[in-house]
Amino acid sequence: MILKGKVWKFGDNIDTDAIIPARYLNTSDPVELAKHVMEDADKDFPSKVKAGDLIVADSNFGCGSSREHAPIALKAAGIQAVVARSFARIFYRNAFNIGLPIFESDDASVKISQGDVIEIDADGGVIRNITKGETYTAKPIPPFMQELISAGGLIEWTRKRIKAS
Amino acid sequence: MTITEKILAAHSGRDKVSAGELINAKVDLILANDITAPISITEFKKIGAGNVFDKERVAFIPDHFAPQKDIKAAEQCKMLREFSREYDLSLYFEVGRMGVEHALLPEQGLVGPGDLVIGADSHTCTYGALGAFSTGVGSTDVASAMATGECWFKVPESMKFIYYGKLNRWVSGKDLILHTIGDIGVDGALYRAMEFEGEVIRLMSMSGRLTMCNMAIEAGGKNGIIVPDDITEGYVKGRAKRAYKFYASDKDAGYVEVKEYDCSKIPLTVSCPHLPSNTKPAAELSSVSIDQVVVGSCTNGRIEDIREAAEIIKGKKVSPNTRMIVIPATQQIYLQCVKEGLAEIFVNAEAVFSTPTCGPCLGGHMGILAKGEKAIATTNRNFVGRMGDPGSEVYLSNPAVAAASAVKGRIAIPEEVI
Repeated sequence: MILKGKVWKFGDNIDTDAIIPARYLNTSDPVELAKHVMEDADKDFPSKVKAGDLIVADSNFGCGSSREHAPIALKAAGIQAVVARSFARIFYRNAFNIGLPIFESDDASVKISQGDVIEIDADGGVIRNITKGETYTAKPIPPFMQELISAGGLIEWTRKRIKAS
Repeated sequence: MTITEKILAAHSGRDKVSAGELINAKVDLILANDITAPISITEFKKIGAGNVFDKERVAFIPDHFAPQKDIKAAEQCKMLREFSREYDLSLYFEVGRMGVEHALLPEQGLVGPGDLVIGADSHTCTYGALGAFSTGVGSTDVASAMATGECWFKVPESMKFIYYGKLNRWVSGKDLILHTIGDIGVDGALYRAMEFEGEVIRLMSMSGRLTMCNMAIEAGGKNGIIVPDDITEGYVKGRAKRAYKFYASDKDAGYVEVKEYDCSKIPLTVSCPHLPSNTKPAAELSSVSIDQVVVGSCTNGRIEDIREAAEIIKGKKVSPNTRMIVIPATQQIYLQCVKEGLAEIFVNAEAVFSTPTCGPCLGGHMGILAKGEKAIATTNRNFVGRMGDPGSEVYLSNPAVAAASAVKGRIAIPEEVI
Protein backbone atom coordinates (compact mmCIF):
# COMPACT_ATOMS: atom_id res chain seq x y z
CA MET A 1 0.00 0.00 0.00
CA ILE A 2 1.41 3.39 -1.03
CA LEU A 3 0.11 6.52 0.71
CA LYS A 4 1.05 9.76 -0.99
CA GLY A 5 0.00 13.25 -0.02
CA LYS A 6 0.68 16.70 1.34
CA VAL A 7 1.77 17.12 4.95
CA TRP A 8 0.26 19.12 7.77
CA LYS A 9 2.85 19.47 10.50
CA PHE A 10 2.08 19.55 14.24
CA GLY A 11 4.21 19.63 17.39
CA ASP A 12 4.34 17.32 20.37
CA ASN A 13 1.60 16.26 22.82
CA ILE A 14 -1.28 16.82 20.38
CA ASP A 15 -4.06 15.70 22.70
CA THR A 16 -7.38 14.17 21.78
CA ASP A 17 -9.18 17.33 22.95
CA ALA A 18 -7.25 19.18 20.23
CA ILE A 19 -8.01 16.48 17.65
CA ILE A 20 -11.71 16.51 18.45
CA PRO A 21 -12.94 18.74 21.31
CA ALA A 22 -15.31 17.06 23.77
CA ARG A 23 -17.96 19.70 23.08
CA TYR A 24 -18.68 17.88 19.81
CA LEU A 25 -18.89 14.41 21.33
CA ASN A 26 -22.65 14.37 21.65
CA THR A 27 -22.47 12.52 18.33
CA SER A 28 -20.26 9.78 16.91
CA ASP A 29 -21.20 10.54 13.28
CA PRO A 30 -17.85 10.62 11.41
CA VAL A 31 -19.01 13.35 9.00
CA GLU A 32 -20.04 15.64 11.87
CA LEU A 33 -16.81 14.95 13.76
CA ALA A 34 -14.70 15.67 10.68
CA LYS A 35 -16.15 19.20 10.53
CA HIS A 36 -14.27 20.00 13.76
CA VAL A 37 -11.11 17.95 13.38
CA MET A 38 -7.97 19.56 14.91
CA GLU A 39 -10.00 22.71 15.49
CA ASP A 40 -8.43 23.59 18.84
CA ALA A 41 -4.91 23.16 17.44
CA ASP A 42 -5.65 25.17 14.26
CA LYS A 43 -9.14 26.62 13.94
CA ASP A 44 -9.02 26.73 10.12
CA PHE A 45 -7.83 23.14 9.78
CA PRO A 46 -11.24 21.61 8.96
CA SER A 47 -11.63 23.95 5.96
CA LYS A 48 -8.00 23.61 4.81
CA VAL A 49 -7.54 19.85 5.01
CA LYS A 50 -8.09 17.88 1.81
CA ALA A 51 -8.78 14.20 1.27
CA GLY A 52 -5.48 12.38 0.91
CA ASP A 53 -3.46 14.74 3.14
CA LEU A 54 -1.19 13.37 5.86
CA ILE A 55 -0.26 14.54 9.35
CA VAL A 56 3.28 14.52 10.67
CA ALA A 57 3.77 15.32 14.36
CA ASP A 58 6.30 15.10 17.14
CA SER A 59 6.02 12.86 20.21
CA ASN A 60 3.00 11.58 22.17
CA PHE A 61 0.41 12.21 19.44
CA GLY A 62 -3.14 11.51 20.64
CA CYS A 63 -2.51 11.80 24.38
CA GLY A 64 -5.39 12.25 26.82
CA SER A 65 -8.85 10.82 26.42
CA SER A 66 -9.61 7.34 25.06
CA ARG A 67 -12.13 8.76 22.60
CA GLU A 68 -12.09 6.75 19.39
CA HIS A 69 -13.75 9.79 17.88
CA ALA A 70 -10.22 11.20 17.44
CA PRO A 71 -8.90 8.73 14.83
CA ILE A 72 -12.44 8.52 13.39
CA ALA A 73 -12.51 12.31 12.84
CA LEU A 74 -9.06 12.27 11.22
CA LYS A 75 -10.00 9.41 8.92
CA ALA A 76 -13.34 10.98 7.99
CA ALA A 77 -11.60 14.28 7.19
CA GLY A 78 -9.58 12.38 4.59
CA ILE A 79 -6.29 12.10 6.50
CA GLN A 80 -4.59 9.03 4.97
CA ALA A 81 -2.07 8.41 7.71
CA VAL A 82 -0.35 9.97 10.72
CA VAL A 83 3.42 9.86 11.19
CA ALA A 84 4.83 10.80 14.61
CA ARG A 85 7.86 10.30 16.78
CA SER A 86 5.56 8.43 19.21
CA PHE A 87 1.87 7.88 19.90
CA ALA A 88 -0.07 7.81 23.16
CA ARG A 89 -1.03 4.19 23.75
CA ILE A 90 -4.82 4.34 23.58
CA PHE A 91 -4.68 6.38 20.36
CA TYR A 92 -2.24 3.78 18.99
CA ARG A 93 -4.70 0.94 19.71
CA ASN A 94 -7.65 2.90 18.39
CA ALA A 95 -5.93 3.77 15.11
CA PHE A 96 -5.18 0.12 14.36
CA ASN A 97 -8.60 -0.99 15.53
CA ILE A 98 -10.43 1.37 13.16
CA GLY A 99 -7.96 1.21 10.28
CA LEU A 100 -6.18 4.58 10.35
CA PRO A 101 -2.58 3.86 9.28
CA ILE A 102 0.01 5.29 11.69
CA PHE A 103 3.80 5.19 11.57
CA GLU A 104 6.47 5.93 14.16
CA SER A 105 9.65 7.58 12.88
CA ASP A 106 12.08 9.95 14.65
CA ASP A 107 13.69 11.06 11.40
CA ALA A 108 10.48 11.72 9.52
CA SER A 109 9.08 13.62 12.50
CA VAL A 110 12.08 15.96 12.59
CA LYS A 111 12.87 16.41 8.90
CA ILE A 112 9.49 16.65 7.22
CA SER A 113 8.13 20.21 6.97
CA GLN A 114 4.68 21.67 6.57
CA GLY A 115 3.55 21.35 2.95
CA ASP A 116 6.09 18.67 1.95
CA VAL A 117 4.75 15.92 -0.26
CA ILE A 118 5.60 12.50 1.10
CA GLU A 119 5.01 8.93 -0.01
CA ILE A 120 4.73 6.10 2.51
CA ASP A 121 5.32 2.51 1.51
CA ALA A 122 3.18 1.04 4.27
CA ASP A 123 4.40 -2.53 3.81
CA GLY A 124 8.08 -1.71 3.67
CA GLY A 125 7.93 1.00 6.34
CA VAL A 126 9.72 3.48 4.08
CA ILE A 127 8.78 7.16 4.01
CA ARG A 128 9.97 9.15 0.99
CA ASN A 129 10.00 12.95 1.13
CA ILE A 130 9.39 13.87 -2.51
CA THR A 131 9.76 17.61 -1.88
CA LYS A 132 13.15 17.27 -0.17
CA GLY A 133 14.41 14.11 -1.90
CA GLU A 134 14.99 12.32 1.43
CA THR A 135 14.08 8.85 2.68
CA TYR A 136 13.27 7.84 6.25
CA THR A 137 12.52 4.53 7.94
CA ALA A 138 9.45 3.88 10.05
CA LYS A 139 9.53 1.47 13.00
CA PRO A 140 8.27 -1.95 11.90
CA ILE A 141 4.60 -2.64 12.64
CA PRO A 142 4.39 -5.53 15.16
CA PRO A 143 3.13 -8.81 13.60
CA PHE A 144 -0.09 -8.79 15.63
CA MET A 145 -0.96 -5.29 14.45
CA GLN A 146 -0.29 -6.43 10.88
CA GLU A 147 -2.72 -9.28 11.50
CA LEU A 148 -5.34 -6.73 12.59
CA ILE A 149 -4.71 -4.64 9.48
CA SER A 150 -5.02 -7.62 7.14
CA ALA A 151 -8.20 -8.74 8.89
CA GLY A 152 -9.66 -5.27 8.22
CA GLY A 153 -9.63 -4.02 11.82
CA LEU A 154 -10.41 -5.48 15.24
CA ILE A 155 -14.12 -6.09 14.64
CA GLU A 156 -13.47 -8.21 11.55
CA TRP A 157 -10.64 -9.99 13.39
CA THR A 158 -12.98 -10.80 16.31
CA ARG A 159 -15.80 -11.84 13.98
CA LYS A 160 -13.53 -14.32 12.20
CA ARG A 161 -12.25 -15.70 15.51
CA ILE A 162 -15.77 -16.26 16.82
CA LYS A 163 -16.78 -17.94 13.56
CA ALA A 164 -13.74 -20.22 13.67
CA SER A 165 -14.28 -21.32 17.26
CA MET B 1 7.26 -10.54 38.45
CA THR B 2 5.61 -7.21 39.26
CA ILE B 3 2.03 -7.06 40.47
CA THR B 4 1.01 -5.90 36.98
CA GLU B 5 2.72 -8.89 35.34
CA LYS B 6 1.19 -11.31 37.86
CA ILE B 7 -2.36 -10.10 37.24
CA LEU B 8 -1.86 -10.22 33.46
CA ALA B 9 -0.36 -13.74 33.70
CA ALA B 10 -3.22 -14.99 35.88
CA HIS B 11 -5.77 -13.68 33.38
CA SER B 12 -4.07 -15.18 30.34
CA GLY B 13 -3.65 -18.66 31.78
CA ARG B 14 0.12 -18.34 32.02
CA ASP B 15 2.60 -18.88 34.84
CA LYS B 16 4.70 -15.99 33.70
CA VAL B 17 4.60 -13.03 31.36
CA SER B 18 7.35 -10.53 30.55
CA ALA B 19 7.34 -6.91 29.47
CA GLY B 20 6.86 -6.51 25.73
CA GLU B 21 4.91 -9.75 25.21
CA LEU B 22 1.55 -9.59 23.46
CA ILE B 23 -1.10 -11.55 25.29
CA ASN B 24 -4.80 -12.21 25.11
CA ALA B 25 -6.32 -11.94 28.58
CA LYS B 26 -9.71 -12.51 30.17
CA VAL B 27 -11.37 -9.41 31.56
CA ASP B 28 -13.33 -9.28 34.83
CA LEU B 29 -15.27 -6.14 34.01
CA ILE B 30 -15.81 -3.89 31.00
CA LEU B 31 -17.18 -0.37 31.20
CA ALA B 32 -18.19 2.38 28.83
CA ASN B 33 -20.00 5.70 29.18
CA ASP B 34 -22.49 7.78 27.21
CA ILE B 35 -19.76 9.12 24.89
CA THR B 36 -17.87 5.92 24.22
CA ALA B 37 -20.57 3.21 24.51
CA PRO B 38 -22.57 4.29 21.41
CA ILE B 39 -19.61 3.35 19.18
CA SER B 40 -19.09 0.12 21.16
CA ILE B 41 -22.76 -0.79 20.67
CA THR B 42 -22.64 -0.15 16.91
CA GLU B 43 -19.41 -2.12 16.53
CA PHE B 44 -20.58 -4.94 18.82
CA LYS B 45 -23.61 -5.49 16.62
CA LYS B 46 -21.35 -5.83 13.55
CA ILE B 47 -19.59 -8.80 15.19
CA GLY B 48 -22.81 -10.80 15.23
CA ALA B 49 -21.97 -12.47 18.55
CA GLY B 50 -25.61 -12.84 19.57
CA ASN B 51 -25.00 -12.02 23.22
CA VAL B 52 -22.50 -10.30 25.46
CA PHE B 53 -19.99 -12.66 27.09
CA ASP B 54 -21.44 -12.04 30.56
CA LYS B 55 -24.37 -9.73 31.23
CA GLU B 56 -23.15 -9.08 34.78
CA ARG B 57 -19.73 -7.86 33.69
CA VAL B 58 -20.55 -5.13 31.20
CA ALA B 59 -21.17 -1.77 32.92
CA PHE B 60 -22.77 1.12 31.05
CA ILE B 61 -22.65 4.39 32.93
CA PRO B 62 -24.13 7.57 31.43
CA ASP B 63 -22.09 10.19 33.29
CA HIS B 64 -20.33 12.52 30.86
CA PHE B 65 -23.22 14.47 29.33
CA ALA B 66 -25.77 13.18 31.86
CA PRO B 67 -28.22 14.25 33.14
CA GLN B 68 -28.76 14.59 29.40
CA LYS B 69 -27.52 18.03 28.41
CA ASP B 70 -29.12 18.29 24.96
CA ILE B 71 -31.05 16.28 22.41
CA LYS B 72 -28.03 14.60 20.87
CA ALA B 73 -26.71 13.62 24.32
CA ALA B 74 -30.17 12.28 25.18
CA GLU B 75 -30.05 10.12 22.03
CA GLN B 76 -26.67 8.73 23.06
CA CYS B 77 -27.88 7.95 26.60
CA LYS B 78 -30.96 6.31 25.07
CA MET B 79 -28.73 3.95 23.09
CA LEU B 80 -27.11 2.76 26.34
CA ARG B 81 -30.48 2.34 28.05
CA GLU B 82 -32.04 0.41 25.17
CA PHE B 83 -29.02 -1.84 24.67
CA SER B 84 -28.89 -2.56 28.42
CA ARG B 85 -32.56 -3.57 28.38
CA GLU B 86 -32.26 -5.62 25.20
CA TYR B 87 -29.24 -7.54 26.49
CA ASP B 88 -30.43 -7.57 30.10
CA LEU B 89 -27.25 -5.96 31.47
CA SER B 90 -27.30 -5.85 35.26
CA LEU B 91 -24.81 -2.96 35.49
CA TYR B 92 -26.64 -0.12 33.78
CA PHE B 93 -26.81 2.97 35.97
CA GLU B 94 -29.66 5.33 35.19
CA VAL B 95 -29.56 9.02 36.11
CA GLY B 96 -30.43 9.08 39.80
CA ARG B 97 -28.44 5.91 40.39
CA MET B 98 -25.34 6.77 38.42
CA GLY B 99 -22.20 8.58 39.42
CA VAL B 100 -18.90 9.45 37.81
CA GLU B 101 -17.89 5.97 36.62
CA HIS B 102 -14.48 5.71 38.28
CA ALA B 103 -15.83 6.82 41.64
CA LEU B 104 -18.98 4.70 41.33
CA LEU B 105 -17.50 1.28 40.49
CA PRO B 106 -15.03 1.10 43.43
CA GLU B 107 -17.66 2.53 45.80
CA GLN B 108 -20.16 -0.15 44.76
CA GLY B 109 -17.58 -2.93 45.11
CA LEU B 110 -17.82 -3.77 41.40
CA VAL B 111 -14.05 -3.66 40.91
CA GLY B 112 -11.62 -5.21 43.34
CA PRO B 113 -8.05 -6.34 44.02
CA GLY B 114 -6.59 -8.68 41.41
CA ASP B 115 -9.20 -7.77 38.80
CA LEU B 116 -8.41 -7.09 35.17
CA VAL B 117 -10.65 -4.24 34.05
CA ILE B 118 -10.90 -2.40 30.75
CA GLY B 119 -12.98 0.66 30.06
CA ALA B 120 -13.64 2.92 27.13
CA ASP B 121 -12.45 5.85 29.18
CA SER B 122 -8.84 6.80 29.73
CA HIS B 123 -9.23 7.20 33.51
CA THR B 124 -10.09 3.52 33.91
CA CYS B 125 -6.56 3.29 35.34
CA THR B 126 -8.08 4.56 38.64
CA TYR B 127 -8.79 1.05 40.02
CA GLY B 128 -5.10 0.26 40.27
CA ALA B 129 -5.48 1.85 43.71
CA LEU B 130 -7.28 -1.34 44.75
CA GLY B 131 -4.50 -3.56 43.45
CA ALA B 132 -6.25 -4.27 40.15
CA PHE B 133 -4.86 -4.04 36.63
CA SER B 134 -7.14 -1.59 34.89
CA THR B 135 -6.61 0.44 31.78
CA GLY B 136 -8.38 2.63 29.28
CA VAL B 137 -9.03 1.33 25.78
CA GLY B 138 -11.12 2.44 22.82
CA SER B 139 -14.77 1.79 22.05
CA THR B 140 -13.90 -0.89 19.50
CA ASP B 141 -11.73 -2.74 22.04
CA VAL B 142 -14.74 -2.70 24.36
CA ALA B 143 -17.02 -3.98 21.59
CA SER B 144 -14.71 -6.90 20.90
CA ALA B 145 -14.34 -7.71 24.61
CA MET B 146 -18.12 -7.53 25.08
CA ALA B 147 -18.36 -10.39 22.59
CA THR B 148 -15.40 -12.49 23.72
CA GLY B 149 -14.63 -11.50 27.33
CA GLU B 150 -11.05 -11.04 26.23
CA CYS B 151 -8.74 -8.25 25.17
CA TRP B 152 -5.21 -8.10 23.75
CA PHE B 153 -2.48 -6.36 25.71
CA LYS B 154 1.19 -5.67 25.39
CA VAL B 155 2.65 -6.45 28.82
CA PRO B 156 3.97 -3.08 29.97
CA GLU B 157 7.35 -2.37 31.48
CA SER B 158 6.98 -1.18 35.06
CA MET B 159 8.27 2.00 36.64
CA LYS B 160 8.44 2.28 40.41
CA PHE B 161 7.68 5.51 42.27
CA ILE B 162 8.69 5.60 45.94
CA TYR B 163 7.31 8.32 48.21
CA TYR B 164 8.89 8.86 51.62
CA GLY B 165 9.11 11.59 54.26
CA LYS B 166 6.41 13.62 55.95
CA LEU B 167 3.66 15.24 53.92
CA ASN B 168 3.23 18.96 54.37
CA ARG B 169 -0.13 20.22 55.68
CA TRP B 170 -2.88 20.02 52.98
CA VAL B 171 -0.58 18.19 50.59
CA SER B 172 -2.41 15.12 49.29
CA GLY B 173 -2.32 12.37 46.69
CA LYS B 174 -3.26 14.98 44.07
CA ASP B 175 -0.16 17.04 44.79
CA LEU B 176 2.07 13.95 44.68
CA ILE B 177 0.78 12.86 41.32
CA LEU B 178 0.88 16.37 39.83
CA HIS B 179 4.43 16.75 41.13
CA THR B 180 5.36 13.37 39.63
CA ILE B 181 3.86 14.25 36.23
CA GLY B 182 5.69 17.58 36.41
CA ASP B 183 8.89 15.66 37.01
CA ILE B 184 8.59 12.97 34.31
CA GLY B 185 6.40 14.74 31.74
CA VAL B 186 3.14 13.84 30.02
CA ASP B 187 4.81 10.96 28.19
CA GLY B 188 7.25 10.10 30.99
CA ALA B 189 5.56 6.75 31.60
CA LEU B 190 4.35 6.11 28.05
CA TYR B 191 3.11 2.52 27.62
CA ARG B 192 4.38 1.71 31.14
CA ALA B 193 2.87 0.55 34.42
CA MET B 194 3.32 3.10 37.22
CA GLU B 195 3.66 1.31 40.55
CA PHE B 196 3.36 3.62 43.54
CA GLU B 197 4.86 2.63 46.90
CA GLY B 198 6.71 3.85 49.96
CA GLU B 199 5.81 4.87 53.50
CA VAL B 200 3.64 7.75 52.36
CA ILE B 201 1.55 5.48 50.13
CA ARG B 202 1.22 2.89 52.91
CA LEU B 203 -0.34 5.56 55.15
CA MET B 204 -2.46 7.11 52.41
CA SER B 205 -6.25 6.69 52.42
CA MET B 206 -7.95 4.85 49.57
CA SER B 207 -9.29 8.20 48.37
CA GLY B 208 -5.77 9.58 47.87
CA ARG B 209 -4.62 6.36 46.23
CA LEU B 210 -7.52 6.46 43.77
CA THR B 211 -6.56 10.05 42.89
CA MET B 212 -2.96 9.05 42.20
CA CYS B 213 -3.76 6.03 40.04
CA ASN B 214 -6.46 8.04 38.24
CA MET B 215 -3.84 10.37 36.78
CA ALA B 216 -1.35 7.70 35.62
CA ILE B 217 -2.71 8.28 32.11
CA GLU B 218 -1.64 11.93 32.36
CA ALA B 219 1.97 10.69 32.33
CA GLY B 220 1.15 8.39 29.40
CA GLY B 221 0.97 5.35 31.71
CA LYS B 222 -0.92 2.21 30.80
CA ASN B 223 -1.95 1.66 34.41
CA GLY B 224 -1.26 2.98 37.87
CA ILE B 225 -1.09 0.37 40.61
CA ILE B 226 -0.57 0.03 44.35
CA VAL B 227 0.11 -3.31 46.03
CA PRO B 228 -2.94 -3.99 48.25
CA ASP B 229 -2.59 -3.89 52.04
CA ASP B 230 -4.68 -3.42 55.19
CA ILE B 231 -6.10 -0.13 53.92
CA THR B 232 -7.21 -1.92 50.75
CA GLU B 233 -8.75 -4.72 52.80
CA GLY B 234 -10.57 -2.17 54.95
CA TYR B 235 -11.99 -0.52 51.84
CA VAL B 236 -13.13 -3.62 49.94
CA LYS B 237 -14.40 -5.65 52.90
CA GLY B 238 -18.16 -5.61 52.97
CA ARG B 239 -18.19 -3.79 49.64
CA ALA B 240 -16.82 -6.31 47.13
CA LYS B 241 -19.52 -7.97 45.05
CA ARG B 242 -17.12 -10.60 43.69
CA ALA B 243 -14.23 -12.63 45.12
CA TYR B 244 -10.95 -10.72 45.06
CA LYS B 245 -7.30 -11.62 45.33
CA PHE B 246 -4.25 -9.74 46.59
CA TYR B 247 -1.14 -9.80 44.42
CA ALA B 248 2.24 -8.34 45.35
CA SER B 249 5.38 -7.61 43.37
CA ASP B 250 8.29 -10.01 43.94
CA LYS B 251 11.43 -8.68 45.60
CA ASP B 252 13.39 -9.38 42.40
CA ALA B 253 10.74 -7.94 40.05
CA GLY B 254 12.18 -5.91 37.18
CA TYR B 255 11.63 -2.16 36.83
CA VAL B 256 12.88 -0.04 33.95
CA GLU B 257 13.17 2.97 36.21
CA VAL B 258 12.80 3.82 39.90
CA LYS B 259 11.98 7.36 41.04
CA GLU B 260 12.11 8.47 44.65
CA TYR B 261 10.44 11.52 46.12
CA ASP B 262 11.01 13.13 49.50
CA CYS B 263 7.47 14.28 50.25
CA SER B 264 8.60 16.88 52.77
CA LYS B 265 9.87 18.79 49.72
CA ILE B 266 6.66 18.50 47.71
CA PRO B 267 4.59 21.70 48.00
CA LEU B 268 0.91 22.26 47.25
CA THR B 269 1.13 21.87 43.51
CA VAL B 270 -0.82 23.34 40.60
CA SER B 271 -0.65 22.37 36.92
CA CYS B 272 -0.74 25.48 34.78
CA PRO B 273 -2.22 25.69 31.25
CA HIS B 274 -2.06 23.72 29.00
CA LEU B 275 -0.46 20.49 30.17
CA PRO B 276 -0.72 18.54 33.45
CA SER B 277 3.10 18.47 33.50
CA ASN B 278 3.33 22.27 33.63
CA THR B 279 3.48 22.32 37.43
CA LYS B 280 4.30 25.13 39.84
CA PRO B 281 3.98 25.53 43.62
CA ALA B 282 0.52 26.94 44.36
CA ALA B 283 2.09 29.60 46.57
CA GLU B 284 3.84 31.13 43.54
CA LEU B 285 0.61 31.65 41.59
CA SER B 286 -1.20 34.18 43.77
CA SER B 287 -1.34 36.69 40.91
CA VAL B 288 -3.59 34.40 38.83
CA SER B 289 -7.20 35.61 39.07
CA ILE B 290 -9.87 32.91 38.91
CA ASP B 291 -13.33 33.11 37.29
CA GLN B 292 -14.49 29.60 38.15
CA VAL B 293 -13.67 26.89 40.66
CA VAL B 294 -14.69 23.26 40.12
CA VAL B 295 -14.48 20.65 42.87
CA GLY B 296 -15.39 17.16 41.71
CA SER B 297 -14.64 14.56 38.98
CA CYS B 298 -13.26 11.03 39.00
CA THR B 299 -10.02 12.50 40.29
CA ASN B 300 -11.25 14.40 43.35
CA GLY B 301 -15.02 14.03 43.77
CA ARG B 302 -15.03 11.60 46.68
CA ILE B 303 -16.36 12.40 50.16
CA GLU B 304 -12.87 13.07 51.56
CA ASP B 305 -12.29 15.64 48.79
CA ILE B 306 -15.60 17.39 49.38
CA ARG B 307 -14.98 17.46 53.14
CA GLU B 308 -11.61 19.06 52.57
CA ALA B 309 -13.08 21.81 50.38
CA ALA B 310 -15.89 22.34 52.91
CA GLU B 311 -13.43 22.66 55.78
CA ILE B 312 -11.74 25.55 53.98
CA ILE B 313 -14.86 27.39 52.88
CA LYS B 314 -17.04 26.88 55.96
CA GLY B 315 -18.41 30.18 57.18
CA LYS B 316 -16.91 32.11 54.26
CA LYS B 317 -18.24 33.29 50.91
CA VAL B 318 -17.08 32.63 47.39
CA SER B 319 -15.36 35.77 46.09
CA PRO B 320 -17.81 38.08 44.25
CA ASN B 321 -15.61 37.81 41.16
CA THR B 322 -15.68 34.03 41.15
CA ARG B 323 -18.20 31.21 40.85
CA MET B 324 -17.73 27.86 42.54
CA ILE B 325 -19.24 24.55 41.41
CA VAL B 326 -19.09 21.52 43.72
CA ILE B 327 -20.00 18.14 42.21
CA PRO B 328 -19.99 15.04 44.43
CA ALA B 329 -19.02 12.12 42.20
CA THR B 330 -21.82 9.71 43.16
CA GLN B 331 -25.31 9.73 44.62
CA GLN B 332 -23.99 8.09 47.79
CA ILE B 333 -21.40 10.84 48.22
CA TYR B 334 -24.06 13.46 47.50
CA LEU B 335 -26.28 12.02 50.22
CA GLN B 336 -23.36 11.84 52.64
CA CYS B 337 -22.65 15.52 51.94
CA VAL B 338 -26.25 16.36 52.78
CA LYS B 339 -26.17 14.33 56.00
CA GLU B 340 -22.88 15.83 57.15
CA GLY B 341 -24.06 19.37 56.44
CA LEU B 342 -21.50 19.91 53.69
CA ALA B 343 -24.15 20.76 51.11
CA GLU B 344 -25.35 23.52 53.44
CA ILE B 345 -21.81 24.85 53.87
CA PHE B 346 -21.41 25.24 50.11
CA VAL B 347 -24.83 26.76 49.52
CA ASN B 348 -24.24 29.22 52.39
CA ALA B 349 -20.89 30.06 50.80
CA GLU B 350 -22.85 30.83 47.60
CA ALA B 351 -21.40 27.92 45.65
CA VAL B 352 -23.34 25.62 43.32
CA PHE B 353 -23.90 22.13 44.74
CA SER B 354 -24.70 19.77 41.86
CA THR B 355 -25.93 16.30 41.10
CA PRO B 356 -23.14 13.89 39.97
CA THR B 357 -21.80 14.36 36.42
CA CYS B 358 -18.45 14.60 34.63
CA GLY B 359 -19.94 17.80 33.16
CA PRO B 360 -17.44 20.66 33.25
CA CYS B 361 -14.29 18.51 33.49
CA LEU B 362 -14.39 17.89 29.75
CA GLY B 363 -16.23 21.05 28.76
CA GLY B 364 -19.51 19.16 28.47
CA HIS B 365 -21.98 21.16 30.55
CA MET B 366 -22.60 22.52 34.06
CA GLY B 367 -19.90 25.19 33.99
CA ILE B 368 -18.35 25.98 30.62
CA LEU B 369 -15.72 28.69 30.32
CA ALA B 370 -15.98 31.70 28.02
CA LYS B 371 -13.04 33.05 26.04
CA GLY B 372 -10.37 34.48 28.32
CA GLU B 373 -11.77 32.94 31.50
CA LYS B 374 -9.62 31.05 33.96
CA ALA B 375 -10.65 28.14 36.14
CA ILE B 376 -8.99 26.18 38.89
CA ALA B 377 -10.32 22.64 39.08
CA THR B 378 -9.71 19.43 40.98
CA THR B 379 -10.05 17.60 37.65
CA ASN B 380 -7.31 15.92 35.63
CA ARG B 381 -6.70 17.74 32.35
CA ASN B 382 -5.97 21.31 31.35
CA PHE B 383 -5.51 21.00 27.60
CA VAL B 384 -6.50 23.87 25.31
CA GLY B 385 -10.31 24.13 25.28
CA ARG B 386 -10.76 21.35 27.84
CA MET B 387 -13.39 23.22 29.88
CA GLY B 388 -14.84 25.41 27.18
CA ASP B 389 -13.61 28.05 24.73
CA PRO B 390 -10.15 27.35 23.25
CA GLY B 391 -9.19 30.76 24.64
CA SER B 392 -9.95 29.75 28.24
CA GLU B 393 -7.48 28.33 30.75
CA VAL B 394 -7.60 25.56 33.35
CA TYR B 395 -5.34 25.15 36.39
CA LEU B 396 -5.38 21.80 38.22
CA SER B 397 -5.12 21.50 42.01
CA ASN B 398 -6.26 19.58 45.05
CA PRO B 399 -9.64 20.41 46.69
CA ALA B 400 -8.15 22.56 49.50
CA VAL B 401 -6.31 24.85 47.09
CA ALA B 402 -9.40 25.04 44.86
CA ALA B 403 -11.59 26.06 47.81
CA ALA B 404 -9.08 28.61 49.08
CA SER B 405 -8.92 30.06 45.55
CA ALA B 406 -12.72 30.35 45.50
CA VAL B 407 -12.64 32.49 48.64
CA LYS B 408 -9.86 34.73 47.37
CA GLY B 409 -10.92 34.94 43.70
CA ARG B 410 -7.35 34.09 42.77
CA ILE B 411 -5.09 31.09 43.24
CA ALA B 412 -4.55 30.80 46.99
CA ILE B 413 -3.29 28.31 49.54
CA PRO B 414 -5.41 27.20 52.54
CA GLU B 415 -3.28 29.12 55.07
CA GLU B 416 -4.41 32.38 53.45
CA VAL B 417 -8.05 31.81 54.31
CA ILE B 418 -8.08 29.71 57.46
